[in-house]
Amino acid sequence: MLNSLISIAVMAQSSNVNIIPNMDSSKQIPYLVLAGLLALTVLIGISMMSKVNRAVAGNLLGSVSMALAIGLTLWAFDIFSVVDLWVAMLIGTILGLILSRKVTMLQMPQMVGLLNGFGGGASMIAGALTLINPGGEDPFSLITSGLAIYVGALTLTGSIVAAGKLHQVFTQKPIVLKGHQFWTIATALLGFVSAILFVHPAFQSGAAKIILILVCAVISGAFGVIFSIRVGGADMPITISLLNSFSGVAGGIAGLAISDPLLVAVGGIVGASGLLLTQIMCRAMNRKLTDILLGKTSTPMIKKATKGTAPAVISDPASTATADDAAVEFTDEGAQEAPAALETKEDPHLDWLKEARRVIIVPGYGMALSQAQEQVKQLMLLLESQGAEVDFAIHPVAGRMPGHMNVLLAEVDIPYDKLREMEEINDQFKNADLAIIIGANDVVNPAANTAVGTPIYGMPILSVEDAGHLIIMNFDRQPGYAGVDNPLYDESADKVALLLGDAKASLEEIFARLADR
Amino acid sequence: MSTIQFVLSAIFVVSALVGYKIINRVPSLLHTPLMSGMNAFSGVTILGCLAATAATGVLGEPGVNWIARIFGYIAIILAMLNVVGGFAVTDRMLRMFHSESAAGTETAGTEKTGGQD
Repeated sequence: MLNSLISIAVMAQSSNVNIIPNMDSSKQIPYLVLAGLLALTVLIGISMMSKVNRAVAGNLLGSVSMALAIGLTLWAFDIFSVVDLWVAMLIGTILGLILSRKVTMLQMPQMVGLLNGFGGGASMIAGALTLINPGGEDPFSLITSGLAIYVGALTLTGSIVAAGKLHQVFTQKPIVLKGHQFWTIATALLGFVSAILFVHPAFQSGAAKIILILVCAVISGAFGVIFSIRVGGADMPITISLLNSFSGVAGGIAGLAISDPLLVAVGGIVGASGLLLTQIMCRAMNRKLTDILLGKTSTPMIKKATKGTAPAVISDPASTATADDAAVEFTDEGAQEAPAALETKEDPHLDWLKEARRVIIVPGYGMALSQAQEQVKQLMLLLESQGAEVDFAIHPVAGRMPGHMNVLLAEVDIPYDKLREMEEINDQFKNADLAIIIGANDVVNPAANTAVGTPIYGMPILSVEDAGHLIIMNFDRQPGYAGVDNPLYDESADKVALLLGDAKASLEEIFARLADR
Repeated sequence: MSTIQFVLSAIFVVSALVGYKIINRVPSLLHTPLMSGMNAFSGVTILGCLAATAATGVLGEPGVNWIARIFGYIAIILAMLNVVGGFAVTDRMLRMFHSESAAGTETAGTEKTGGQD
């Protein structure tokens, strides 16, 4: 990358062409060299984020690079002393700081979604302004400006809808319009075509150009909405990752439009990272990206599940009515009154807790919803005070965004060395006396290994059934988001204790009973 | 497409590949902070917003396209929100991660966020 930047610099020197419109030609070479250096420090900062103990410094390096990039841009374009730009930046900075301090860790997915949308919106406007401003009438910058509007607008509206769903402003249920598939493809294609149309001579002048900008933004924005409203609650991690990727791509394309190598480089990095996380999520959820993009969400999959001819447990017809609402039911878990108190009359699970030497705790989104993290930590401390070894098994899709569960547990000061990835801990379940499952369902459902034809078949799961005893805290016996019954719930009481109801209440009750003994 | 535009497109592809390689090494433990960090970086579009807004004209001189400039302000505010909010919240999250030996010596969730841009 640095090489290519140097080659640009050499080219600029030899031919003395104007590489970047509106920039003083004497500043172009130093600008390109410094931009290359900043792109490098950004990459170094990101690579530092792969280790926990260096991640804070990496983030800091990234943010300093960004501040320097802003300074460099202001200097290079001779706009350092333009006051109104500073005022706008100050307003954005203050709002950003307020937002970042107010947000809770549970709200992190919608925060990232919302900020994504803002980035996309900014890229959209940058693309539109590049079209309106004098200069840059060559086909390449016309098309890239149009594409910046396209990707920026769909990122803006798609992210706002996703954030609204996560924040429960809109229903978490997938909303399916009449002819949804048609509208998805139609708006996607029309938005793209309108972006390309900017090269057409008919749209080179005033009014026609402005109208096309508006048309392109509206159609692309509609595509974002149509694509996003169809996604159900539990597919959100994938959607958020994908939109993250889009916001990077939008920035990168805006960079192509205004010929800014730094913008192009960072946009490319962000685009790739979002795509990678999307891939990881899809693999962990056993979903195809194309299915999510074309809106094949849980609803059709549940229907498939009921038709399945598999030998293992599948939702019976009576329960499909509730399974159709699974996306909503799942997220409401723990929010309402508990339907039943502790189910087990005798308390073998209290003995298991007392006697266990090796315990693995499996947290799920149900724990987050009932805000039981503090109680989970107390449970860990209690078990450790009895000499037990405690670890946490984190499924890649636990929570509402990649890695969400880790952040929620780190917030209550659970050491990160106890938070184990699925591949790392899965073969340790057989050595564990006790596995405690708190608000997780699909990710521990053994039917994923056996129930051919169900949506979760083939999905990698945590092998909790290998543990000596299981304590399962779940809101109710309903199947999870995927709508497949969990055979663990029907295991004998000698092995599995099922504590129904709010996870926080169940944990408090365990503490109280243990104290009584 | 001129040479420079070809080179820019190449930068886009190369940086995407390099980014893909680097990010593949990040453990899933840190995926949420990574995502919000990447999110902050996507606010790099602020550079384009600043340049494009300034190009709508020179303040105090005739010929400023005010409608475009006001949209430019909105873009700058949105991008800055993205950048600052993203980095600050990433910092806040990363400071919550403690190893076993360090846990207990510091209280969780109360650290100051390092607001930088």
